[in-house]
Amino acid sequence: MQWGSASEFFAMGGYGLYVWTSFVATALCMVWEVLALWRRRAAACAEQRAALLGSTDETTA
Amino acid sequence: MSGSSMWEAVSGIIRRDLLLAMRRRSDAAMSVFFLVIVVSLFPLGVGPEPAVLRIIGPGVLWVAALLACLLSLGRVFTADYLDGVLEQMVLIPQPLALLVGGKVLAHWVISGFPIVLLSPLLGLQFGLSGESLGVLVMSLLLGTPTLSMIGAIGAALVLGVRGSGLLVALLVLPLYVPVLIFGAGAVTSSMAGIGGEANLSLLGACLVLSLFLAPWATAAALRIALE
Amino acid sequence: MSIGINWLKYSSPQAFYPLAGRLIPWFACAAVALMGVGLYMGFFVAPTDFQQGEAYRIIFVHVPAAWMSMFLYVVMAVWAGIGMGLNARLSFMMAQAIAPTGAMFTFLALLTGAMWGKPTWGAWWVWDARLTSELILLFQYAGVMLLRTSIDDVRRADRASAVFALVGVVNVPIIYFSVQWWNTLHQGASVSMATGSKMASTMLTAMLLMTVAFWLYSIAVILARVRCVMIERESLPVWNDDEKPAVIQEVVEAR
Repeated sequence: MQWGSASEFFAMGGYGLYVWTSFVATALCMVWEVLALWRRRAAACAEQRAALLGSTDETTA
Repeated sequence: MSGSSMWEAVSGIIRRDLLLAMRRRSDAAMSVFFLVIVVSLFPLGVGPEPAVLRIIGPGVLWVAALLACLLSLGRVFTADYLDGVLEQMVLIPQPLALLVGGKVLAHWVISGFPIVLLSPLLGLQFGLSGESLGVLVMSLLLGTPTLSMIGAIGAALVLGVRGSGLLVALLVLPLYVPVLIFGAGAVTSSMAGIGGEANLSLLGACLVLSLFLAPWATAAALRIALE
Repeated sequence: MSIGINWLKYSSPQAFYPLAGRLIPWFACAAVALMGVGLYMGFFVAPTDFQQGEAYRIIFVHVPAAWMSMFLYVVMAVWAGIGMGLNARLSFMMAQAIAPTGAMFTFLALLTGAMWGKPTWGAWWVWDARLTSELILLFQYAGVMLLRTSIDDVRRADRASAVFALVGVVNVPIIYFSVQWWNTLHQGASVSMATGSKMASTMLTAMLLMTVAFWLYSIAVILARVRCVMIERESLPVWNDDEKPAVIQEVVEAR
């Protein structure tokens, strides 16, 4: 273990800005991708449900 | 199918395309004018310093030639696509890749070759010397057919697609990068006294590779577009 | 032979959809677990680098992202090629599902590369062969996706973007070598990207763990996306899934 304290860990030997920007950006991109897929799936399912309900019920075009 | 009938079909297509281009000469002149205007804008933007112009000259000339080739890509297949000639071409028993090769060759004669002819004049604007001018002409002579070959793939892919003008640029420009590097590199290295032969032979290799591969990809793209 | 039949069964979207649904949680959990172990190794076990200090720790995301960006492009092109050769719908759907994740990793590789380059080289960007080919790779991912969205006919969009993806596979290595050649010609003092000749084995382990984690993450996300693509493309809910009973229930209620 090379870190004396939490602040030392976050400072990353003076390179904290570069290191944490990289890691946080990667994490954000991954979280965003998963959330976007979640919403895409919900939208696609909703569209299908609407299409199915529409096709069985003649009055709603 | 005999070899002579194949050759007849290809040369027929080349002759037809050249004849059509002769009837509409303003089309062919446009890409040349575009090149001249773009190249003339750079000294106005960068400043008239001869030393600076000599450094950026090869790159500017090559990028401008590349853009001129790009702008002319819309004309390779669009007219034939709209009047249905392309659909007939697909049905001809001769291999489509060969016919496509003929069309692209004709297109290069109309829009690429004039650029090559004009380039020494534009090179003088940037203070290129005698030997470098020769290398510039050589590099464009080897490079612009490659640009036409690669560009035809993109032109075939976006045939009849909305916003195709911008899309073809996005597709084709990344594929133009190696040609740009070798082409401008040949002129730069000849100016530096290293001689442009190495870059020119790499340009030749690119041309051979594109001559063999691009017509097949273009033919595949055309079949997809016409389905 | 029995394995061959078994695999062929899953080549149809209808059969693949539930299989993908069952696989996603496993890949996702494994990815999260390995990422945790990899990050622990990278931040707490791997020692400080002599030359680069703590800044080198960026490679634990940078190198896996860069590897995945290139690997995913090749995989996408392989699916595109299979799709063109065998005329298989599932292959085109896979190619479509891979592109956004690949583009994301390419973007991340460029971003983290800049973050690493600034403290180590003193520049956010240099026109090095790796950086340039990575940038062109991003353009090609964009081209594949834009070509797809510009064409309304799904069959044509599939095939056109497949052709472009395959052409791009030839292009990227050519760009890599051409820029390398160009750099040796232009500047004597080229920037060395080597991270030091001997890496501590814990560094290497952490990097490999992160790479496998990113790979598993990609599989999970791509499978989830291919399921979305399947729902979007098929007009009828033929999918054998947990969604289906709920939809049928609603239909019955509507009647």
